[in-house]
Amino acid sequence: MPNNIPELKKLAAILRMEALKIISYPGKGHVGGSMSLAETMAVLYGEIMNVSSESPKKLDRDKLVFSKGHCGPILYAALAQFGYIPMEYLTQMNRIGTKLPSHVNAVLTPGVDFSTGSLGQGLSVAAGMAYADQQDGLNNRYIYCIIGDGECQEGQVWEAVMFAAHHNLRNLIVLVDNNKKQCSSYTDNIIKLEPIEEKFSAFNFDATRIDGHDVEAIRDIILEAQKQPNPSVIVLDTIKGKDSFAEKLYDNHHIPITKQDLDQSIRFLQEKIMAIETVKG
Amino acid sequence: MNIQICAKPVTAEVSMNKVLGDCFQEFITDTSDIYIIDADLGINRLLTEDFIEQNPGRYINAGIAEANMIGLACGMSANGKRPFVHTFGFLASKRALDQVYMSGAFNMQSVNIVAIFPGILADVNGGTHMTFEDIAIMRTIPGMTVVEPADMVQGKEMLRQAADLHGMVYLRWDRVGNQRFYEPGSQFEIGKAIQLREGNDATICAAGNLCLEQSIIAADLLAEQGIEARVLDMFSLKPLDTLTIHKAIDDTGALITVENHSVIGGLGACVASTMSQYRYAPIEMVGIQDEFGEVGTVKDLQVRYGLTAVNIVAAVKKAIMRK
Repeated sequence: MPNNIPELKKLAAILRMEALKIISYPGKGHVGGSMSLAETMAVLYGEIMNVSSESPKKLDRDKLVFSKGHCGPILYAALAQFGYIPMEYLTQMNRIGTKLPSHVNAVLTPGVDFSTGSLGQGLSVAAGMAYADQQDGLNNRYIYCIIGDGECQEGQVWEAVMFAAHHNLRNLIVLVDNNKKQCSSYTDNIIKLEPIEEKFSAFNFDATRIDGHDVEAIRDIILEAQKQPNPSVIVLDTIKGKDSFAEKLYDNHHIPITKQDLDQSIRFLQEKIMAIETVKG
Repeated sequence: MNIQICAKPVTAEVSMNKVLGDCFQEFITDTSDIYIIDADLGINRLLTEDFIEQNPGRYINAGIAEANMIGLACGMSANGKRPFVHTFGFLASKRALDQVYMSGAFNMQSVNIVAIFPGILADVNGGTHMTFEDIAIMRTIPGMTVVEPADMVQGKEMLRQAADLHGMVYLRWDRVGNQRFYEPGSQFEIGKAIQLREGNDATICAAGNLCLEQSIIAADLLAEQGIEARVLDMFSLKPLDTLTIHKAIDDTGALITVENHSVIGGLGACVASTMSQYRYAPIEMVGIQDEFGEVGTVKDLQVRYGLTAVNIVAAVKKAIMRK
């Protein structure tokens, strides 16, 4: 398991490549939101989370409620890299009978802790898990929940936030993928979400905000969050479509990916990996 | 199944609300993994504050946030707990339906939903609080068990069975339950209707305390006129006892359904749909006729919406005429 920054940067690039490949098989998918989460997934699976592909359901594992469930590809890329799912699955997304549906599914896919897809519900589930853990005195494991910025428009998110703060669920760590776009347009054009960090603070969460593409910052802030006395939220400032052909597109939410797009992005990411290795060397 | 039916319905010794509180206390005391979650509807008063203090964390008041409450319960279930949630039927089945469906059923979690004030029993809370649709909605969710316990005895048993059942359970819960139809100690099987009264001229299918009470009164009135009506307790709405319905079609040739629910999609509709796989018998549906609820006492609302013995008698005679 990589445990240093260059390795985590490389892992993020690999996860991006793999996620794009996964989407290229059906030919269309949630590219933008998968790309914005690559560094976060690299840090969570590459370093932070106490999970095991050999026993994906071990009772004392850290759990991840991937509430922005439509970004299955980036989670699947991580699960494949770490041996939870066989590589053969990766060519099958969205085919009938697949183990990899576009929205993550705990019943179908090893390594997925909860099925999501109807936005706004995951944080309540994560809060329930965190509450149960506190009742059981499980002090050293964490419940992570990844939500989208647009997802914060769902009122249920704030019901869960209020509950978590009231019950002091310090074992709950929320990560907001603040890529500033949603399905139709920029979040600012639809429902303004800023000031996000202050909103969470006002709801009594320990709130921080970092560059969501800086693996070192992500790692360090999660380790800090684990020590906090209150439930935590980390607002990740990200770019939807980061480091892929989709980054320059206005609409990059659910889009087609041509062979040309894929090849272009893979070349770019391979060059990035080489650059990381050169610096490391 | 070992069921002892009272010779005649008797006045219930305790309310179903008390049964609920007692069961919840028993669950908390006797287990370590059952949790009671309430959306601010007074379960704390049922359990008592002292009891809650002695059992910290086992009762959660989730506040006026039903969607979150369902999500919490599903997360707790994913952690191996057995949660019961308690709220108005209209909130559980309509406001938080997506959560029940997605976080609950789709995720194959095990949460027991105690859905209070079904139908006109929301009485003085009025039309905004009456759910005439919850059976229809909940039955369409794959894997959902839907029951409407008839009385304090069956209610207690259903709560205990729900606690041990894998999967989502929706219990349509009358907090009063004036009548007792069963002797304590009776054992019920989900999926099996119970014949409360013999008869071969027609069959009245009903669920819940109010509808069964009126159905038995109606059957007695009909008997005085030489008509013997079978009465079936259809407490198990999903799974539905189609064999008993088919037998009723064969033996009696006319069905009448009585429900504190819309006639669209409820008990009447399910009973009628079983005929598509068998054979036809005339069916008359007593229930809410595609309209909204309104405020009133239960007695007045019974008259307003036709959930009365007199109306059931008329429906039975109509069904028999159509044979």
